Amino acid sequence: MHKLLLLIENETLKMWKKRRFLVIVLVLLVIIPMFTYAQLTVAQNNKDKFADWRNEVLQQITDMQNRLSSNRIPEEWKKQQRIAVQQLQYYLDHDVNPSSPNGVTFTREFMNNAVGLFIPLLVLTIGSDLVSGERGTGTIKMLLTKPVRRWKVLFSKLAALTLYVSLLVGVMVLLCYLISGMFFGYGGWGLPIFTGFTINGSEVDTSFVHVVPQWLYMLMQTGLVWLSAMTVAILALMVSVLVRSTAASMVIMMASVIAGTILSSMSSSWENAKYLFAVNLNLPAYLEGSPPPIEGMSFSFSLIVLAIWAIAGLIVSFSVFTKQDILN
Amino acid sequence: MEQSNVVLQVTNLSKKIRGKQIIHDVSFEVRAGEIFGFLGPNGSGKTTTIRMLVDLIKPTSGKIQICGHDVQKQPEQALRHIGSIVENPEMYGFMTGWDNLQYFANMLDDVDEARICEVVEIVSLTQRIHEKVKTYSLGMKQRLGIAQALLGRPKLLILDEPTNGLDPLGIKELRAFVRMLAGEGISLFISSHLLSEIQLMCDRVAIIDKGRVLAVGSVDELVQQAGTYVLWQLEPREQGIALLLQGGKVAIVSEEEHRIDESVLASMPEAVVTTMPLEDIAHTVSRLVAEGISVEGVHKAAPTLEELFLNMTEGKSLA
Repeated sequence: MHKLLLLIENETLKMWKKRRFLVIVLVLLVIIPMFTYAQLTVAQNNKDKFADWRNEVLQQITDMQNRLSSNRIPEEWKKQQRIAVQQLQYYLDHDVNPSSPNGVTFTREFMNNAVGLFIPLLVLTIGSDLVSGERGTGTIKMLLTKPVRRWKVLFSKLAALTLYVSLLVGVMVLLCYLISGMFFGYGGWGLPIFTGFTINGSEVDTSFVHVVPQWLYMLMQTGLVWLSAMTVAILALMVSVLVRSTAASMVIMMASVIAGTILSSMSSSWENAKYLFAVNLNLPAYLEGSPPPIEGMSFSFSLIVLAIWAIAGLIVSFSVFTKQDILN
Repeated sequence: MEQSNVVLQVTNLSKKIRGKQIIHDVSFEVRAGEIFGFLGPNGSGKTTTIRMLVDLIKPTSGKIQICGHDVQKQPEQALRHIGSIVENPEMYGFMTGWDNLQYFANMLDDVDEARICEVVEIVSLTQRIHEKVKTYSLGMKQRLGIAQALLGRPKLLILDEPTNGLDPLGIKELRAFVRMLAGEGISLFISSHLLSEIQLMCDRVAIIDKGRVLAVGSVDELVQQAGTYVLWQLEPREQGIALLLQGGKVAIVSEEEHRIDESVLASMPEAVVTTMPLEDIAHTVSRLVAEGISVEGVHKAAPTLEELFLNMTEGKSLA
């Protein structure tokens, strides 16, 4: 047990010294201010136009309804719009501003948008070279000729990866809050958020809707973001065990994640796509009550699909890693 | 030889990769405190065998025992007694030498900071141990690799082609170093494709070709088995040859038949290559001199690796 801890310490320090995480933090430090600025201009515009946020929401609803009456818009898209209208209406009826500008709301929305593509890409920069990188440099030989069972070596890598994914999600939330708070203020923790919208076709069922304070919502959302990021991390680990080159391992994972986002945004008629892991990554969407990308998906469905992918990924990683011949 | 004296025992080792038999039924043993050479041309299966010894590749069949522990069944107990460098000494370039050693120390039992200092001292890297490995020269990386291999106080040190890429001075240092380690009771397993290197460093040797062990024995024995050439540089040449052949103990070897190192031939232009009883050399010299032939040079030349192979495979062509 003591030795396992030392191994995990080894992997953690090694990843730290590779300075990958530093790069990720730098990327965040560039991207978050950009989005904060964009959000700031939007907020400024709305403030100039509407004295009251209710008018702003009303305007949004009218805009959407106008668009709905157009014939050129595909039916799939209309469905989503109708749902969005009903949700906005619900907020309006209960006199709650769905996007009051503050640090917490910004963070919530940023994370919500990042979970499908941005976070997976950052996770891949840490996870894709865990094993293939060691094969590329040949250090895997040093690693596996030590009197340590191979599963322990892989386990220590997995543990370090879990640590860094958690750190990534944590740092991202923190940086979002700190940076956006400078402009929007650091309040908003207690703001009421509605969750529990259920969707029946194009109708929104509000019978399960309940109010949660925004801090609790954030907590739940961050948990879900972590789950989806971990799934990506585990699959990246698997691919890096299976593929010898880091470049190939990176490309394979990126391609699948990007394919997933494309498939979800196409609201695809290919229903079986819902079993792909990348289509199910957007777990926080269920919390928000937006319609699933493919018919037949639900919160528990997505959780199960991700869990199966992750478990299969772990089984493949460990069974291949402990048996494979190191030939190069 | 007693069982307790055997550090590494390889029995009937075979390996098939993608249906192709790479290693055929290899057996040999390395005894405590000896320097064991593993000699074979490139692509003969040396590295594959070594990778099996250190559990990087699983054998298709056969058994490897290190200090009595089966590498397949008890890898943790078996690998504890081995330190190794497989091919190049690859370390983490983005970490310092010290951090690398600390890293590997964490994977071993009972290796503390004092031990790390000790091995750094042994390989004389104290000056630059706190610099990043990517700034090291190949020789320094090699030494760091050896330091890493020595960390766990191994009973057997496996070095795969350790002189590759080293300059002559580095090779000389390495030889001295290897002897020093052997003097401390560590067994060494050294692979090489150069007979001269094995001759200079090793006590016993296994010769491998095309995945089969052709012979195992003491280095001197094997070299003798292959026969030694005697090169004569005589003036006048033709008369000298005629005299050499008198008595019937000397046989001339034609240029097509012998395989002597180019560098040896270059230092003795126009030399006559012969085989003869070595104890007759002194006598033959005086006989030639008495007949008025000036003997400008006599040289005993060891056969090359190819020659050894040729002898062992009984005249079958290597090409």
